[in-house]
Formats: sequence, C-alpha cells, structure tokens
Amino acid sequence: MLRYVFRRLLTAIPTLFVIVTMAFFLIRVAPGGPFNQERGLSPEIRANLEAQFGLNDPLWLQYVHYLGNLLRGNFGPSYNMPDFTVGELFKEGLPISIQLGASALILALLLGSVLGTVAALNQNKLADYSVIALATAGSTIPTFVIAPVIQLVFGLTWKLLPIGGWGDGALINKIGPVLTLALPQIAIVARLMRGSMIESLQSHHIRTARALGLSGWSVVVKHALRGAILPIVSFTGPAAAALLTGSIIVETIFSIPGIGRHFVVAALNRDYTLVMGTVVVIALFTIVFNLIVDVLYGVVDPRVRYD
Amino acid sequence: MTDIAVAAPVVGRSLWGDAWARLKANRAAMFSLYYLAFIALISVFGPWFVPHQYTTIYADYVRTPPSFSAYPKIDMIEGALDEAIRRMRVDIKDWRQEGDRIFVTVRSSKPIDDRNIRYLDRSDTFDGTKIESKSPDGLEMVMSASIKQQYFLFGTDNTGRDLLSRTLMAGRISLAIGLLAGVVAVVIGVLYGATAGLAGGRVDEVMMRIVDVLYSLPFIFFVIMLVVFFGRNFVLMFLAVGAVLWLDMARIVRGQALSIRRQEYVQAAEAMGVGQRGILLRHVIPNLLGPVVIYMTLLVPQVIILESFLSFLGLGVQEPMTSWGVLISVGAQNIGSANWLLLFPAFFLVSTLFALNFVGDGLRDALDPRDR
Repeated sequence: MLRYVFRRLLTAIPTLFVIVTMAFFLIRVAPGGPFNQERGLSPEIRANLEAQFGLNDPLWLQYVHYLGNLLRGNFGPSYNMPDFTVGELFKEGLPISIQLGASALILALLLGSVLGTVAALNQNKLADYSVIALATAGSTIPTFVIAPVIQLVFGLTWKLLPIGGWGDGALINKIGPVLTLALPQIAIVARLMRGSMIESLQSHHIRTARALGLSGWSVVVKHALRGAILPIVSFTGPAAAALLTGSIIVETIFSIPGIGRHFVVAALNRDYTLVMGTVVVIALFTIVFNLIVDVLYGVVDPRVRYD
Repeated sequence: MTDIAVAAPVVGRSLWGDAWARLKANRAAMFSLYYLAFIALISVFGPWFVPHQYTTIYADYVRTPPSFSAYPKIDMIEGALDEAIRRMRVDIKDWRQEGDRIFVTVRSSKPIDDRNIRYLDRSDTFDGTKIESKSPDGLEMVMSASIKQQYFLFGTDNTGRDLLSRTLMAGRISLAIGLLAGVVAVVIGVLYGATAGLAGGRVDEVMMRIVDVLYSLPFIFFVIMLVVFFGRNFVLMFLAVGAVLWLDMARIVRGQALSIRRQEYVQAAEAMGVGQRGILLRHVIPNLLGPVVIYMTLLVPQVIILESFLSFLGLGVQEPMTSWGVLISVGAQNIGSANWLLLFPAFFLVSTLFALNFVGDGLRDALDPRDR
C-alpha cells in the first residue's frame, strides 16, 4: 500500500510538470503584460518594473527561474498586489476557501447519501419523486442564481442571515455560501446514491441477508451501503479538489476573502505568478484528492488491489 | 420505396420513427419541447412586438417595479412634472388632471418663451404639449399635455430600460450562443473522435493523449485564457468556447466508433465485401447519431451556463448588448432595491435549462433502447 502511494506520487510529478509548463507558456503568449493596464505609468518606470521582476529575460530563462523557485516552495511576488507575495495571498485566503469547501462537501456527502438512500428505499413513491425533483433542481440551477436567491430570501426578506461578508469566520456568515456550494453537490450525491443503492439492494448478498432474517435497516446500513458507496467515493476526489480551492461565483457574491476570486482577476491583469500559483494549487489538490480516493477505494472495496 | 412498403406485410419502424414515438409518449419531454419552442419564438420575434427598444433609456422610469397597469402612476405625474418645469426655469402655479391630459399653469419673473413647452414633450411622461393661453404680459402661461401611457410588464433597470425587451433580447443572445458553441463543439468533437476511433492504433493513442492533457488543465483557466486571446468579441469567443467543450464529445464519439466497428453486423458487412466507405456511411454514422444528438442537448445548457457565468464575471457579452447572464449579474447586485431585475431573467434562464434537461433525458430514453 505504501509502495502504491509512493509510486502514485512519483507519477504525479510529470503530470504536474506538464500542467505547469503548459500554463506558463499559455499565459505568456497571451497579449499584454502585468504592467500594461496601469495607466499613467511612464515607459521608464515600466521598464524598471519589468527589469526588477526579470520580465525582460528570455522566456526560457524566466521559466527555469520560475520552476526553480517553485521547487523551493516560492510562488514569487504578485505583480498586481505589490505588497503581497503569492504565498502570502494563499496563506490568507486558502484556509477560508478550505473551510467553506470542506463544510459544503461534508454537508453534501451526508445529506446527499441520506436522501439518495431514502429515495432508493422508496422507489417510485412520493419520497423518491421529491428527491429526484430536488436533485434535478440542484443540478440545473446555476450557482450564480442560487447565491443571490439565498441572499434575497434569507438575507433580505426573512433577515435570518447576513447578506455577505466573512465576519471573521462567524458561523452565521458561512451558512449562505456553504448552502450555495453544497446544493449542486447534494444533487449529484443523491442521484449517484439513489442509483447505486437501487442496484446494491437488488444484489444477491442483500437478498441472502434479508432471507436470513436480518432487519431492514441493518441490512441497508451494514451491507447495502458498503456496496453502494463506491460511486460516491470516486465522486469525492474531483469534487473535493474543486470545492476546497474556492469558487469565484460564491466568493464574489458573498464577498468572501478566499482564493477563488483571485484567479479571474489575476488572469485579466496578467498577474503571471498569481495565475500560475492558482493553477499549481488546483492541480496539487486534484492530484492529492484523486490519490486519497484511490486509496479509500481499496478500503471500501477489498476487491481492489494495489499492484 | 412506397412499393416495397406496400408489398411488405409488416411495416417496420425506423430507429428514428421509433424514437419519435417514444419521445411523444414522454409528457415531461414533450411539454419541455413546446416550452423551448415558445421561449425561442418570443426571444426571436418578441423584441419586435414589445413597444420599447432594449436600449431605450427612460430617464423618468429608473428602477420602476413591474406592473400590469400602465405607467405613470398618479403619484409619479407630479414628480415628472416638477422635473420638466424645473428645466424650463419657471415656477408651477397650479396643475390639474382632466382625463388623460394635464393642465399646468406656470409663471415666471421674465416673459416665458413659447418654445419652453418642448421640455414637457421631452420627458418620458408627457406628449402632445399645447399652449392653452398666455397672460398679456407673458409672465403666466397655461399649457396642456397628454400623459404618455407606457407599460413596463417586467419593470425597468437601473438606467430606466425596459426589462421585458431586455430579457427577450438576452434570450436571443443566450440561445444563439448556446446553439452556436454547441454546434462548434459537436462538429470538432465528432470529427476528432471519429478520426481517432476509426484510425485506431498509434494515431488514436496520440490523439487521445492530447485530449487527456487538455483535460488536466483547470477548465476555467482555459476559458479565461481564451477570453484573453480573443478579447471581448463575443462571436469569436463563443466559437472558442465551443472549441473547448469538444473534449467530452470526442471521447464519447471515439468510444462509440470503436465499439461499433467491433459489432457483428459490421463484421458481417465486411465479410460480404462492403467497403470502408460503405461501412462508414451505412453503419458507423447512423449509429453514432444517437449519442451525438443526446450529448448535444446536454451540451447546449452547459454552454448557456458557461456564457452566463462569463457574462456574470463581466467577460462575456458587453453592454448595451445583453444576455441572461448579464441581466442576472446586474440583478444580483441590486437585490436589495430591485429584486425583479434578478427574478425575471433568472426565471427565464432556469426554466430554459430545466426544459433542455428534460428534452435531453427524454431523447436519451427514446434513442437508447437498452435503458427502457
């Protein structure tokens, strides 16, 4: 098992390398530069700034420098927020994005699994149709509609939640963003769980367990769930990576100081280092969570072997 | 063709006839299909029938709530009148309303110029201003003007533009972009996937490896890079967005092409001496159409969401042109003061997405006999 993890980490290195290289050259061939947008910057100052950040060096040299710094864990300075390094921006924003994303993920996994199981146990009854309706709604309505509607209903009409802001991490400030992030995921988990649970309930070992006289719930929880949970496990990997690295929409609408909102602004301002940093962080999260999921797979399903 | 059908004892149904019959039996899908047709019709033709242009600014009607009755409301007349009279630089002595005309008496310390009445006509509230009488010294004047009746069924936005015409116009753009980018993605995906699947071997290997690499980049990074490259020319950009979304299509088509090639009926055809071209036209393409059509109906809502998302971030369609994403973005910023700016466009977008999903599900059930 350890050998498997080690080997997977080793194969992640070329993947990460390809992603970093592609992202680096893609953003560099884009027209414009980090200091073009600022109006009133005299050519001399711009030249100095570009010299200071080494932007006049040949591209391959900059690439080598960037890779070298990256290997030492240094993401470089942010060009458009000169008081911060990219590392500092992440240190500030990442914990916030992770908190929201993790809460949303846990909520989605728990609620989605329960809803999906309930639907599967009551197939083609009212409970089932309600869950299907909720799942359809959750996966159809885009986040940028859910978020303002939550603000409108809970914030403005019922005045239960603040409309936005982080409030130094007060619980009440997190409810809106977490709900918005979780709703589409709840829909996916419920749908997956319903499908796999229906299949699992029809399998032979469940029929045997029922025939042996085990009670309904213990069959579901102890036996059927274990077989049904596999699709949820493989869903969790990419979902966790996407949720924990922050959502542009949610962070913008609820004015949350996470890292999700950096990406778009940075790309538009050609803040090369910040864009690259974000790409690296997202790629790292994706790789790590996919690995965790694959390891978990073996724990849940003993048929999976690591060799 | 007809002779054969008459001669045959049992008329078989084609794949498509069969699928159509099954789709017709699916009430949710059929209702969605009609709904989509309705939305498309009102989006394409509606803007010509709404009495307001989607760009016309009514300065008197900024953020007017939606209403079935005509504007101006009684309490709005006085405000609009005060505003117009203030611009004439005269004072109101008194005013009254008779039917749909108002009569206003103004006075000034200097003789009043007759041309001043245009200030009333210029306002969005009044029309057909006439001078009724004028005092001999020219310091006092009675004018009458008819009240311009206007309907704002969906209300107006922050700059006083009619939201109904803007929502319909936005529908035109959003649907057009959805179809455009959807078709681009399907064409690229089908060509690429079919080539890889039919060529097989090393070519297939290399082509699919390229797809894998493109997949591994964060999707949003890709899209934003395209925005950066193509600027804000939205037709170009959505061609580009379509060019991003072809990856799934390519994978699906390749898989299908590979599996169709290994089917017994293809082997039978080969054994009977049918050429590559014949197999492609007679077997591979017709069997690919099903998944392609299904995927296309799922792709269109994806593109619409993506367009709205980009417009929401300010990267997509630019003012004064509009799309549902642009409208929702404006609505989200004004939920405190004017929630109709969010609710109407959001309803149009979400209901269209629902309908597209139901049609997609219906088509999948209809075209995929295994799922019955």
